[in-house]
Amino acid sequence: MTVRTENYAKKHTPTRLPKQPPKPPPRRSARYRALLRGKNRPVWEEDPNPLGLVVKGVALLVITATVLFPLYTVVLTSFSTQADITRSGGLVIVPGGLSLSAYVQILSGGIVTRATIVSIGITVVGTVLSTTVSVLAAYGLSRPGSFAHRPLLFVFLITMFFGAGMIPTYLLVSNLGLIDSYWSLILPGAVSAFNVLILRAFFMGIDRSITDAARIDGAGDLRILGQIVLPMSKAVVAVVALFYGVGYWNAFFNAMLYINDNAKWPLQLVLRSYVLQGVTLPGSGVGQVDVDDGAVTGLPVKMAVMVLAIIPILVVYPMVQRHFTKGVIFGAIKG
Amino acid sequence: MSTDTSTGTATSRADSPPHRKIPWTTRMRRDRTLLIMVAPAVLLLAVFAYVPMAGNVVAWQDYSPYVGIRESPFVGWANFARVFTNPLFLDAVSNTLIITAFQLVFFFPVPIVLALLLNSVLSPGLRTTIQSIVYLPHFFSWVIVVTIFQQIFGGAGMVASRLREAGYSGFDLMTNPDTFLLLITAQSVWKDAGWGIIIFLAALATVDTQLYEASVVDGAGRWRRMWHVTLPALRPVIILLLILRLGDSLTVGFEQLILQRGAVGTDVAEVLDTFVYYQGVVNGDWAFAAAAGLVKGLVSLALVLGANKLAHLVGEAGVYQRA
Repeated sequence: MTVRTENYAKKHTPTRLPKQPPKPPPRRSARYRALLRGKNRPVWEEDPNPLGLVVKGVALLVITATVLFPLYTVVLTSFSTQADITRSGGLVIVPGGLSLSAYVQILSGGIVTRATIVSIGITVVGTVLSTTVSVLAAYGLSRPGSFAHRPLLFVFLITMFFGAGMIPTYLLVSNLGLIDSYWSLILPGAVSAFNVLILRAFFMGIDRSITDAARIDGAGDLRILGQIVLPMSKAVVAVVALFYGVGYWNAFFNAMLYINDNAKWPLQLVLRSYVLQGVTLPGSGVGQVDVDDGAVTGLPVKMAVMVLAIIPILVVYPMVQRHFTKGVIFGAIKG
Repeated sequence: MSTDTSTGTATSRADSPPHRKIPWTTRMRRDRTLLIMVAPAVLLLAVFAYVPMAGNVVAWQDYSPYVGIRESPFVGWANFARVFTNPLFLDAVSNTLIITAFQLVFFFPVPIVLALLLNSVLSPGLRTTIQSIVYLPHFFSWVIVVTIFQQIFGGAGMVASRLREAGYSGFDLMTNPDTFLLLITAQSVWKDAGWGIIIFLAALATVDTQLYEASVVDGAGRWRRMWHVTLPALRPVIILLLILRLGDSLTVGFEQLILQRGAVGTDVAEVLDTFVYYQGVVNGDWAFAAAAGLVKGLVSLALVLGANKLAHLVGEAGVYQRA
């Protein structure tokens, strides 16, 4: 008992003095200190340890390189000539002969071209549909005390805690006659309760007096949503649209389930079969390169398909990226 | 909605909670625009989430797709009995739990450490740049991530061909069951650890700097500040994410695993979701697979509710609260 009290006092007495006087800070010239501290360090912080700074810098460098190096080598390989790849025995790290032929090959018709068009179509239609439906639902759920507010909210919440399961969903889609239909890639996952709740949390955070003022001026709910709420929540809507869009673009398993006809495959599934599993796709003009040399051949083409699958994300990402914290955190904390 | 009604509701709402006094028909008419707005989403969920929930009755049937749900005979708990006595199912359960436990130790802390590291970067420009870079892989599909790993660590990959030049052959991480746990954890870290820091960074941004100043005055060094100020600020978020992860114990990277199940074998790569897929969709044993899936769904539900209860017991906010 006494021991515990002592320990407690030891740990928590704020005025506890160090047993030995603290080490005096090393003598440094003012210029060196300024360089060491940088211009953003708050005044109350001690001078950083130079060795610590170096270690931290190296760690950050390694982390960013781990992300960027694979992308670099994939992109470089897709632009490399066959000779260059044979020389490096796989992915190219040092640029040698560059060529566009891989891209010419996959984009001149054939299964990759078609798959890209399919993927773009599904992503555009799906994102517009999902975002519209979710924004409407989130606004409809944003006023506590409205008719059937709680039961409706529960309809969304329950789907977050209990999923129906793959088999019944498959049986439903197949009974609806959606096998081999592009709608099977859009409708089953069109509404994500999580995204609806992110939007709802944001809409509820908008100052009530603004919407009430519009209502007094005679604006209906649709108008309030379109002219007041939406313009105020561009950031979070952009983030939710990105989540939906990336989801549609990256999905491959739903196509594996529902699309048997490989002429209708989206890009990710083509990527899986042709690039990851090395299956030669019939009549594609892509597989033909694959015959000669085994594993390494056709690598630029494979990597070009990869780049094709990454490009849309690289294009959209910077536009939405600065809104992430706002959008994600809102949902994560309030949802 | 006419001007009259809307102004009326606006004022009455401001005065007191009005909805107890207004009859429900009036409230329904008043809120009809809101209801119409919710309708499409509810309809989609009804068809594609709630109808399949009811469709789980096939788990109690001797289901045949040619006969259909309505005509297939009921067989009681026979399918569930088959599930629980199936050694492959039990293997899938154990693989799933092993992967979850492994990743809880080797994946879960990574974003916390990364966030602390990044939070100590003082230059805002540099910090934003690094953030943008480490978030990026989260938005790549699993097909891309697995292909990148295959091209680097696979049998015909970059590392293998370098080793072959040096005289070692046979290096192939993608088909080696012994290192599979490490491989998929590395993939998860590469793809999602960066994205995972976003919520921790937000929590760190809310820490009152006066706490740091006060602790400096009290003589706290760098590490004591981290232990007594920074980490306590992260605690609610860490517990929240831990609960979510525990509730999701039975779900482990389905797309990631189904891509690699063939290469590495079912001994290590068969998890509950892939088991359901192969038994049902591939082998056509629909009722059996539905029963296995239903067991998984119900246990997951119990885990989420249990984990949340646990959080309340230890005095944390948890994922949701009774309003």
